[in-house]
Amino acid sequence: MENSFLIKTKDLVKTYPVGHTTLFALNRVSLGFKPGEFAGLVGPSGSGKTTFLNIIGSLDSPTEGSAVVMGKNVEDLSHKQAAELRNRSIGFIFQTFNLLPVYTVYENVEFPLLLLNLPPKERKEKVMKALEWVRLADRAKSKPAQLSGGESQRVAVARAIVKKPSIILADEPTANLDAENSFNILDTMEELNHELNTTFIFATHDEKVIKYLRRKITLVDGKVTKDEVYEQKNSKGDI
Amino acid sequence: MIKFIFKGIIRDRSRFLFPVLTITFGVALSVLGYCYFSGVMTSWIQTSAKFESGHLKIMSRAYAEIADQVPNDLAFIGAKNLTADLKKDFPELIFVNRIRFGGLFDVPDENGETKAQGPVMGLAVDLLSEESPEREMLNLENAVVRGRLPEKHGEMLISDEFARRLNVQLGQSATLIGSTMYGNMATANFTVVGTLRFGIAAMDRGTMVADIADIQAALDMEDAAGEILVFFNDYVYREEEAEIIAETFNAKYSDENDEFSPVMNSLSSQGGMADTMGMVDSMMGIMIFSFIAIMSIVLWNAGLVGSLRRYGEIGVRLAMGESKGHLYRSMITESLMIGAVGSIIGTALGLAFSYYLQVKGINIGSMMQNASMMINDVIRAKVTPFSFVIGFIPGLIATFLGTSISGIGIYKRQTSQLIKELEV
Repeated sequence: MENSFLIKTKDLVKTYPVGHTTLFALNRVSLGFKPGEFAGLVGPSGSGKTTFLNIIGSLDSPTEGSAVVMGKNVEDLSHKQAAELRNRSIGFIFQTFNLLPVYTVYENVEFPLLLLNLPPKERKEKVMKALEWVRLADRAKSKPAQLSGGESQRVAVARAIVKKPSIILADEPTANLDAENSFNILDTMEELNHELNTTFIFATHDEKVIKYLRRKITLVDGKVTKDEVYEQKNSKGDI
Repeated sequence: MIKFIFKGIIRDRSRFLFPVLTITFGVALSVLGYCYFSGVMTSWIQTSAKFESGHLKIMSRAYAEIADQVPNDLAFIGAKNLTADLKKDFPELIFVNRIRFGGLFDVPDENGETKAQGPVMGLAVDLLSEESPEREMLNLENAVVRGRLPEKHGEMLISDEFARRLNVQLGQSATLIGSTMYGNMATANFTVVGTLRFGIAAMDRGTMVADIADIQAALDMEDAAGEILVFFNDYVYREEEAEIIAETFNAKYSDENDEFSPVMNSLSSQGGMADTMGMVDSMMGIMIFSFIAIMSIVLWNAGLVGSLRRYGEIGVRLAMGESKGHLYRSMITESLMIGAVGSIIGTALGLAFSYYLQVKGINIGSMMQNASMMINDVIRAKVTPFSFVIGFIPGLIATFLGTSISGIGIYKRQTSQLIKELEV
C-alpha cells in the first residue's frame, strides 16, 4: 500500500527559532496522498498549511521526520534535484496568480514546457490544450494586465497543468477572487482532477474551496486534528 | 529559451533602457577616448618625425648623446657621400640631410642699425633641389601665409607670428647671428620671401627655414649635416621594422670606439619618446580598465535594482522548477544581449563623434602657447580598425561582470520562503 502514495510524510516536524524559544510550524505530521485526490489542508493562519506545502513541494526540507514525494525523499534532494522534481511533477497555483507580466497568456503557459526542452510543435499543442481546458484559448495573445482576476487565475491553472504534473499544490487559490470566479476556478480544477487524475492539494480557509474538497485535513498549531474523507459531492461542492 | 529572453527584453523597457544607456554612454566614451588618443599620438609621431626625429635618425655618436642641445660642432662631415651610400644600401627609405640651429635674428632699419631682434630656432633643409622631398614632406606650400617659397640662395622663410612680432616685411633683409661648427661667431644675411604658419605652437613662436646649402655656408659646415633623417616610403612609422633597420645600419656603419661614427636611432628611442608612447599605451589600458570597472559597478547596481523589481518573477520561475544555475545563466544571457545592443549603439555613436573630430579637429593652440612639444595645434581623432572593437569587447565584459555579481543573489534566495513571498 505504501507504494500507492504519491506523497507520504511520517512524523514530519518543522521548527523555527523565535527568540530563545522554538516554534513548531509542523509537529509530527504523518499523511499520505494517493493519485487523483482532491484534498485540502484547512486551519487558521499559522497552523502550518503553507509550511506543509513548502515541504511536499520540495521548496523546503523538514527539521525531523521524512517527506517522500514521487518516491524521492525531499530531505535528500539537492537544489538541482528539487528543481527537477518541481519541474516535472509538481505544479503551483498561488493566491496572487504570479503571471509574468511582460509575456502573453500563451507564453506564460508555455514557460514550464521551455524548461522541459520540449520541441516547439509539442509545446504549442500542449499550451493550446491547456488553454482550452481553462476556456481561455481565445485570450492566448492577451497580456496578464488585460485579464480579469478570474481569468488570470485560470491562466495560472493552465500554467500549472500544462506539463501534466502528478501533483498540483494550490495555496489559497481563491483568496483574491469573487464568489463567481472562485466557483469557476474550482469547477475547472475539479474537472481537471477527474480528467487527468491529477492530485490537487489545497491550503485554504476559504469555505468555498472547502466545500469542493473530497478530503479535508484540519491542522491546528502544526498538528493534524482531523482527517475527513467525503465519498460524494455535487458540482457546487455540496456534500 | 533565447527567444523567450529576447521577448522579455524587448517588451520590458525598464529591463533594458538603463543598462543599454549606461553601456552606450560608456562604450561611446571609450571609443571616442581611444580615437582621440590615437589621433594625438599619430599627430605627435608624424609631426615629430617630420620636423625633428624622422622615422629613424642618423647622427654622430657624440651628437646623439646631447642631441637636445643641437651640438653642430659634433655634426657629420661628408654627409653627401654618406647619404648617397645609404640610398644604395636602403633603396626603400628616404634620406634627408638637416641642420638644426639656434641664433639671433636681427632686423635692421634703412640705415643698417638694429630695428628689432629676437632669438630664432632654425631649420635648414634642401629647399632648392628639384628631387628634394622636403617641400612636400614639410607641407611648406600650404604653410605659407604671405609671400612665397625660396627660389634661390640667400632667401628664407620665417614663422608668420615671429614676422609680425618683429615687424618684418616681405623682401626685407635680415641677419642671422650664430656660431660656426668650429665655435666662431657667424653672421649671414638673408632675404625674407615668405612667412609660414606651422600650426605647431613651439615652431610658430620663432622659426626660420632656409636652404641647407646657405646654412652650411653661413655656419661653416661645408658638406656637413647635424642629422640625417630617414623616412619610410609611405611615411607611416612601423616600430619593429624601424628597429631592424637601425640594428642593420649600426652593425655596418657604427663603431663604438669612434665618437664621430654614425649611429642610427629609431623614432621611439629618441628623446624619451618610447617612455611617452609607453605611457600613452598605459593610459589607454587604465582607461579601458577603469571603464570596465566603473561600468561593472554601475551594472551590478542596476542588476540588483532589476532583481528587486523582478523578485516575483524570479520566485515564480524557481517555484516552477527552473534551477538556480539555469536562471543565473539566463540572466547573464539576457544581460549579454543588452550589452551587445548597448555596445553596438555606443560603438556607432563613438565612431560617429570620432569621425567628426577626425574631420573637424579640436584646436588646442591656446593650451600649447608655451609648450615645446612637436604637436599640431589642431588635434584630430583617428578612426582605426581597432576603434571598432575597443569599446565593444569591454562593453560586453562589463555587462557580464555586473550581472554575474548581482546575479549571485539568485543563489542566496531561500526557496523555503517562496510561497510566502509570492503571496505578497
